[in-house]
Amino acid sequence: MHFESPEFRVKVGLAEMLKGGVIMDVTDAAQAKIAEDAGAAAVMALERVPADIRAEGGVARMAAIDKIEEIMRTVSIPVMAKCRIGHIAEAKVLEQLGVDFIDESEVLTPADEENHVWKHDCKVPFVCGCRNLGEALRRITEGAAMMRTKGEAGSGNIVEAVRHLRAVRREMRRLGTLDEAELIPAAKELQAPFELVRYVAEHGKLPVPNFAAGGVATPADAVLCMMLGAESVFVGSGIFKSEDPARRGQAIVKAVTHWQDPAVVLEVSRGLEGAMSGLDIAKLTPEEMLSRRGW
Amino acid sequence: MGKGRGPGSGVRGPGSGDEAQPERGRRPRVAVLALQGDYEAHARALVEHGIVAHQARTVADLDGIDGLVLPGGESTTMLKLMEGTGLADRVRELAATGTPLLATCAGVILIAREVGNPPQPSLGILDVKVERNAYGRQAESTVTTLTVEDTAELGDAPLEGVFIRAPRIVAPGPAVEVLARRSADPVLVRQGRVLAATFHPELSARSAVIGLFAAMTGGRR
Repeated sequence: MHFESPEFRVKVGLAEMLKGGVIMDVTDAAQAKIAEDAGAAAVMALERVPADIRAEGGVARMAAIDKIEEIMRTVSIPVMAKCRIGHIAEAKVLEQLGVDFIDESEVLTPADEENHVWKHDCKVPFVCGCRNLGEALRRITEGAAMMRTKGEAGSGNIVEAVRHLRAVRREMRRLGTLDEAELIPAAKELQAPFELVRYVAEHGKLPVPNFAAGGVATPADAVLCMMLGAESVFVGSGIFKSEDPARRGQAIVKAVTHWQDPAVVLEVSRGLEGAMSGLDIAKLTPEEMLSRRGW
Repeated sequence: MGKGRGPGSGVRGPGSGDEAQPERGRRPRVAVLALQGDYEAHARALVEHGIVAHQARTVADLDGIDGLVLPGGESTTMLKLMEGTGLADRVRELAATGTPLLATCAGVILIAREVGNPPQPSLGILDVKVERNAYGRQAESTVTTLTVEDTAELGDAPLEGVFIRAPRIVAPGPAVEVLARRSADPVLVRQGRVLAATFHPELSARSAVIGLFAAMTGGRR
């Protein structure tokens, strides 16, 4: 397996440094500064937050280079940017630009409906989304150094994130109960390489950090993700689509650090202005579900 | 990756090394500041040296400890989370009263005398100036072999340095000993009972740096 190579170790190393933190979606330098001041461990540069992509439609692409550069100049924390699923050229451009992490993201319009980027070919680390363990292990095989459960981006509704976190955790637990012979059919079922399936069975966890994303709108939403095994949380529309981004951002950061202490979560939840309005997932058509992009 | 099982899986007897124990037969207790960052990797590494490691998020979590680790992560995030908690004063007090302290990467930025690129507040425990992200962004992150200045302390096996968006120590004061370098740059320094690495020994298998710190707290080298 590729986990011992120095190249892969420094990729996963940066993911390790982001644990217990909050990664916030930002569309310009002013938002990036607010995020950094609120205590974000990293920012994600994109052209529109997922809620706007959903509302406005059209093809969602990698953010404008000038915007990403402006964000990189403004903050001292790591800057991530999104490329479309399978868009090798966007990935190479972002790598050349020097972003710290690339999110090959279902939030943007996929460029390839069958293949993801072969991420070993890039020096920059990648994070990818997953809905279940098999999907996570396929992305790790391709070279992802960090996973995030997909949730449903731009929905302000945590239900899909919970579904995906629970699915990953349940499948990992199940592998722990199987013997080696039984891991072969398990790998077949998961559509994932046997070596990775065996790794998870032995260690009870993914070989890379697993964060949560999609639908986080409140400190309690973020804490729920941590309770279900996420090691960090991405917040997309939840901050800058709320009525009080700076304060809400700070509250979510504190809640993630102190997720095991309900007294702190209560304290930071007091006095927040309105959260983003959310969507009823049941009313979305399959085509409207961003989490179904990629496989 | 793939070394060891999870935190807490190594049930071991008391340290058997020849280092002074906190109390005979008692395993040293070390807190890892767990506001944000790679605190789990640190806890795992310490357990391998017979240390009982716990995550610390409040001042009360720092009571009765034999050592403290300030891990890697984002220093701006950690600073923000320390505001108004009393943690900064308590960490200063622990350092002043001789509790062994290990700081890696962001931890070094937190305890430095002065921080540049950009300037930010710090605890002023370690007499160095630190430049943040001095080697560049993630593309410049690397694993390399360090030049050991003090083989009596660190042994003569090659010492690995995992650098992730690393800071650079630019102006060590007179009381700061340089234990290892990357080219000319000091990357592992010691001032009294404070050990500081701009790299991540917790991400290397059985790093001599963790061993040295473990010995300072009364654990196995």
